[in-house]
Amino acid sequence: MIPAVALVMGVVLGLVLHPTVPAGLQPYLPIAVVAALDAVFGAIRAQLDGIFDDRVFVVSFVSNVLVAALVVFLGDQLGVGGQLSTGVVVVLGIRIFTNTAAIRRHLFHA
Amino acid sequence: MSSLSRLLRPRARRVDVLVAALLALLGFALAVQVRSTQSDGLLTSARQEDLVQILDELNNRSDRLRQEVASLSATKQRLTTGSGASTAALAEARRRTQLLGVLAGTVAATGPGVLVRITDPKTQVSASVLLDALEELRNAGAEAVQLEGTASDGRVTAVRVVAQTALVDDRAGIVVDGVSLAAPYRFTVVGDPSTLAGAMAIPGGVEDAVRQQGGAAEVIRSQRVRVGALRPLTPPRYARPE
Repeated sequence: MIPAVALVMGVVLGLVLHPTVPAGLQPYLPIAVVAALDAVFGAIRAQLDGIFDDRVFVVSFVSNVLVAALVVFLGDQLGVGGQLSTGVVVVLGIRIFTNTAAIRRHLFHA
Repeated sequence: MSSLSRLLRPRARRVDVLVAALLALLGFALAVQVRSTQSDGLLTSARQEDLVQILDELNNRSDRLRQEVASLSATKQRLTTGSGASTAALAEARRRTQLLGVLAGTVAATGPGVLVRITDPKTQVSASVLLDALEELRNAGAEAVQLEGTASDGRVTAVRVVAQTALVDDRAGIVVDGVSLAAPYRFTVVGDPSTLAGAMAIPGGVEDAVRQQGGAAEVIRSQRVRVGALRPLTPPRYARPE
């Protein structure tokens, strides 16, 4: 319950405070958000599978975000930032789809 | 369902606070990202090389447009000043042509002036008398002069009097610029009528001189006389405009 409330609180805060994204963070924020979403869906699936671990979630969340940002950063340095961020989004998207499919099977048995 | 409820069940361990914080951060970042994508449109989410490309395109376009502006404004300036200047020059040239034409006798002139009719029953009025009359008229400000007389074929002929006009004595009268004329003579003069008439009437002047030769000089003032005789324009043989 608390994590869901925290998520909603974060959304509300973001909408209310309406901060501007620092220019240096602008290429990484969308990728980081997608990576974090992937971690969250993975956590929900693990919870449903009964193998959820708080520490694993925290580590996977942080490392997901950091790795995604690092990959994009490296891509920018190498001149293939656009393509690499597309690749990261595709991979994470596939993972999110897989996780949601597993969640769906758990919840609806279908 | 039980596992999901366990996920949502309130707990208060330190790692749970961390999880909550991470999820709050995720929600925050999500909202901010969505908001900035919506409000800022394409440019903020565009990558550096895309931005560079967009900037290049914009620069090229502005360069092209600037060149277009420059060439168009040059054309405009050429058209306005050019046509204005050439129109003004044309008008000025026409005006000068008209003015010089009056002097050179190539255009007809009209205006206030006098008619001086000189009769010569005894054929005694010589070219010098007429020349005196002409000089007197010029001194009085005559601007355009023609001299009429009876030509050898009996018709009344008018000769435009200009700077080069020569008056030469002839058996039956005078020769003006190669045209033989006989009395009665008539000067048609454009100028100030009273000044011209006064010049004719001064004692010992034209009227007296004509009278001494047995003739008569009659001056008629008019508010509108017409000097219609023309003189062909002969280009100078040696003199060139500078």
